[in-house]
Amino acid sequence: MGVGHLQRKLRRIFNVPKKGENSEFRTGLVSQYSDERKDTIQRVIAAMTVGKDVSSLFPDILKNIATHDLEQKKLVYLYLMNYAKTNPELCILATNTFVQDTRDPNPLVRALAIRTMGCIRVDKMVDYLCIPLKETLNDDNPYVRKTAAICVAKLFDLNSKLCTEQGFIDTLLEMLDDSNQTVVANAISALLEISKMSDAKLLNVNGVILKRLLLTLNECTEWGRISILVALADYDTQDSGEVEKIVEKVTPQLQHENPAVVLSSIKVILKQLEKVSSDTRERMLRRLTSPLCSLLTNPPEIQYVALKNIRIILEKYPQILARDLQAFFIKYSDPLYLKLEKIDILVRISTKENASILLSELREYAMDVDIQVVNRAIEAIGQLSIKIESISKKAVDILYELYLNRSSYVLEELVVVIQNILRRYDTKYLPTVITVIADLNFDDIDTPEAVSSYIWILGQYCKEIPHLEDRLKVMSEQFGEMDPLAQSSALTCIVKVNLTKSSANTRQLLQKILNKATNEIENADVRDQAYIYWRVLSTDDKALQKKIIMRKLPTLETTIETFSPGLLDQLINEISNLGSVFYKPSSAFIKPKYSDSAFVNKKKLQSRKLEELQQMAKTEIVQNAARAENLLDFEDSDIENEDEGTPEFQDAETKEDDVKNPTANANQILDELSDLFAGMSTQTPAQKAGNKGPQKNNDILGPF
Amino acid sequence: MASVVYFLDSRGRPLLHRDYKWDIPTSAVEKFPILLLKNSKSTNVEADSGLDDGATAPVFNDDGINYIYLTHKNLYILAMTREDANVFAVLCYLHSLVRVLEGYMKSLEEESIRDNFSIIYELLDEMMDFGVPQITDQKILKEYITQESFTLKTMLRPSGSKKRPGATTVFKQRVAPIAVTNAISWRSPGIKHKKNEAYLDVIESIDMLVNSRNQLLSSEIHGTIQLKSFLSGMPELVLGLNERFMNSCIDSIKGNDTISRAKIAGKKPIEVEDVKFHQCVRLGKIEADKMISFIPPDGECTLMTYRVHSPTLKPLFLIDYKMRNHSNTRLEIMVKVKANFKPRISARRLQIRIPVPRDIDSPKYHYNKGNLKYLPNESAVLWKIHKIDGGKEYVMIAELMLPTVTDDTDLEKFRKIPLNLKFEMQGFVTSGLQVKYLKIREPKLNYQSYPYVRYITKSSDHYDVRVK
Repeated sequence: MGVGHLQRKLRRIFNVPKKGENSEFRTGLVSQYSDERKDTIQRVIAAMTVGKDVSSLFPDILKNIATHDLEQKKLVYLYLMNYAKTNPELCILATNTFVQDTRDPNPLVRALAIRTMGCIRVDKMVDYLCIPLKETLNDDNPYVRKTAAICVAKLFDLNSKLCTEQGFIDTLLEMLDDSNQTVVANAISALLEISKMSDAKLLNVNGVILKRLLLTLNECTEWGRISILVALADYDTQDSGEVEKIVEKVTPQLQHENPAVVLSSIKVILKQLEKVSSDTRERMLRRLTSPLCSLLTNPPEIQYVALKNIRIILEKYPQILARDLQAFFIKYSDPLYLKLEKIDILVRISTKENASILLSELREYAMDVDIQVVNRAIEAIGQLSIKIESISKKAVDILYELYLNRSSYVLEELVVVIQNILRRYDTKYLPTVITVIADLNFDDIDTPEAVSSYIWILGQYCKEIPHLEDRLKVMSEQFGEMDPLAQSSALTCIVKVNLTKSSANTRQLLQKILNKATNEIENADVRDQAYIYWRVLSTDDKALQKKIIMRKLPTLETTIETFSPGLLDQLINEISNLGSVFYKPSSAFIKPKYSDSAFVNKKKLQSRKLEELQQMAKTEIVQNAARAENLLDFEDSDIENEDEGTPEFQDAETKEDDVKNPTANANQILDELSDLFAGMSTQTPAQKAGNKGPQKNNDILGPF
Repeated sequence: MASVVYFLDSRGRPLLHRDYKWDIPTSAVEKFPILLLKNSKSTNVEADSGLDDGATAPVFNDDGINYIYLTHKNLYILAMTREDANVFAVLCYLHSLVRVLEGYMKSLEEESIRDNFSIIYELLDEMMDFGVPQITDQKILKEYITQESFTLKTMLRPSGSKKRPGATTVFKQRVAPIAVTNAISWRSPGIKHKKNEAYLDVIESIDMLVNSRNQLLSSEIHGTIQLKSFLSGMPELVLGLNERFMNSCIDSIKGNDTISRAKIAGKKPIEVEDVKFHQCVRLGKIEADKMISFIPPDGECTLMTYRVHSPTLKPLFLIDYKMRNHSNTRLEIMVKVKANFKPRISARRLQIRIPVPRDIDSPKYHYNKGNLKYLPNESAVLWKIHKIDGGKEYVMIAELMLPTVTDDTDLEKFRKIPLNLKFEMQGFVTSGLQVKYLKIREPKLNYQSYPYVRYITKSSDHYDVRVK
């Protein structure tokens, strides 16, 4: 055996493909020596683990099921679980052994048998499962009972109708009174699982059950506690007495070492908070602070989810963590996703008192090695300066300092932040920030947001900007390649400049940009915007123009995102669940498991095979039909085009010629802007039609 | 909760998995490495905008399937589910899983998973059923899942003549320990020891961030009380701590403001936070009776953990760091360390990790204490000092030749990495915690027992000093 072992090792090392490995296994499995059989089973499982198909060995493995060796039994059971689906008929042969095993004197074997039976997803098995399941649910040994409780959920998943009919769900409910806490906990878990599957609330907590749950909470395993806490979180308390009782019993769990128990307890308490007096609420919130921070002493993955949940809780109760700023400081070795999440929370919990500490911390982050962290830190400094006015001066100074020892990637975020600061404090910090803008060129920045912000500042504070016209010239040259966001800003900018600081050059640039925007730009919004400006400018009413274009934007109050109140309430329910990470209610990303009624009997497997064939045939037919339809469509569209398209096409061509001339003419004639305005007022309809014409043609011509 | 648990290698290929609900197709796991890459770069909100390689958020959704994973060494441990699962509990479970497996085979990595598949299957079967976590207590599991596992060490030996370890345990009748379903799930009845002893270690690890002017930016003290007990029967233990610490503990549990109260009382404040107890501690009694009473698990356990905020804490070591760059060809780094505590205390095993640029050449050192070593993998020079007494000061200078092609940004980057310090001090803890007594009572056996207490202060992972 030793030699064989070594040989296998070597094979594995050199990855030598084995010839007829399966036949070798087969002989091993029927060997007369039990040691060799067991050894072979292990090798089969090893092959299964690495993804080889060993399903053909099913009958031979099955021969080894009747054994007193627990390890071997476990391995055989594991094999059965994995390949039951491919050999449903043969599986039935194993049922006898299974049923026998559920009556084995050893509780470990009884539990193993009932656990595995539930995992064999063959419908025939269901018929054999009911009796042993009933027996094991009433077993003397709690270990067997707790395993059987979970098996009810498995049965429900396989055949929900049978499961209900046979009264297993009622048995589960009775099990809540079991003398053993672990059994109670598993009964609750099973009920919760079934509720989730069937979308029905099976665990209707009432006064009696509530008492039972709270009693069990202190005595069962960590995972059992979580199930109980989940059940408690869903419970709608009836009176203040119940609220008090729940809070009293759940609060000690905040000191549990398992973070999941802690967060689930927090959720239960949060849900009761609305029903208590504001005094108690304050006190309870204070009590939650330290457990919330303690979630951050866990591994990064857990911290990440914890932070996502903290964000939700913070929106509901903003003051809760104000004293614990430092717990959220970044550690050098934190993974990136965690660093970004921490910065987000830091800004949210900042107050007047701790803002300046936070600011100097953010300044350190802004000199980090990682670009993403740097950008996020700069954004955070901006958010902070807008949120808390008293430190805005310091924040602007830091931003300026960052700009002085800049690296190129700092600039883009910086520009966006400067725009926000200007929108919040208008001219207060203008002298400082304008020097930054004065130094910048279009070459320095790249992202649409940054370009857009830069352009906005140029337009809004054009009087302050040195070499304005050169900059605008570059802008007009690059206009065509810009992102729609930046284009839109560029339009506004050039119009504003012309209203406040117009010169011959700027007028020319305005004309150029308006022309480009209306003729060459595909984005409809930008085009429309250009038209509107054009129309407004062509009125002679300067006051109106100023009123519309130079209108002051409302002062920016915050740049920190918040949830809508409705969403927030849903998210509170989602705490510790997946929805809390995605910031979406579960319905937004979960596809219901059983779209049809949960209580529909699933098809027997034999009929399923037929069903599958039928299904395939159906889809085939449907697809063919679809293809045929497509073909028809083609013809249809061709015909349509022949009927209507062609004339229009010709029409368009003629139109295009007509149209080009007026625009060209207009360009010649309206060299000067004032002329343009004068001319426009009369010519607009024609101009408009003319301009629309070719555009439309372009659109239609596009596909051809 | 979880439908399936996968172990994947560093490239996202499956090594081993266990299906619990059979509702996830295998194509889902095949997509995992692609999704990791996609989600790390994509800018959509759902998968967390713009994350770098290897920094994908540990939870994401694709096509109705939710991926929840964590990384351990070079492995991915991945759980998938279709329902709105308790993701937090799933992650905690995965961590417990890793912990248990490490307990069984010393180190959990690709090789050890391949070699121990059958015990891993067995554990996966026992620890989770239909997606519901069951038992994750290693001690209890070890009582009835005993199959000896290959540890990596035995693998390195030529194993030709070695008998398969599994063979020795054949036919051994195994029974589920009562503890599995007991109210006291962490201790089996009937434990016997010749000597009845209990050791308490109060360990406080300090995380500190100090700037280049030796000013303290942030500090955190993580305290744990480790209990190692070898006691027979079902002993009832009561741990008594000094009143000041205990009061602060209870205040923190209640969420009261400790500092202000301590100030009124005219005492030096201690602010204890995040007090956490092992599951064996009766949580209700702490607040009601100011008592930490429990029946401990046999062997080692972490009885209690806490965090301390000490506003009066000073940096324990003063660092003076200077760097001179000789026209991008040669670097000189000078580090001076001064022990900033009373002379009667001394720190042991001081290690200073000094970051240097990548690929430096022939480093030369001048120093008056300890020894120095260049660690090319970490791009750092390690300065080890066996013992440093309070008030003492040592200097070292390292001369490094830079590679001919040196990137300026690289030179900039290495200075942003802080110096990291490691050390250990015995005999006192910074929080002022004192163990007053540890009462041990076993009602049936009534034996004599001996508790021992030790106090240790040491550095945590992040005792960092910024140099820029």
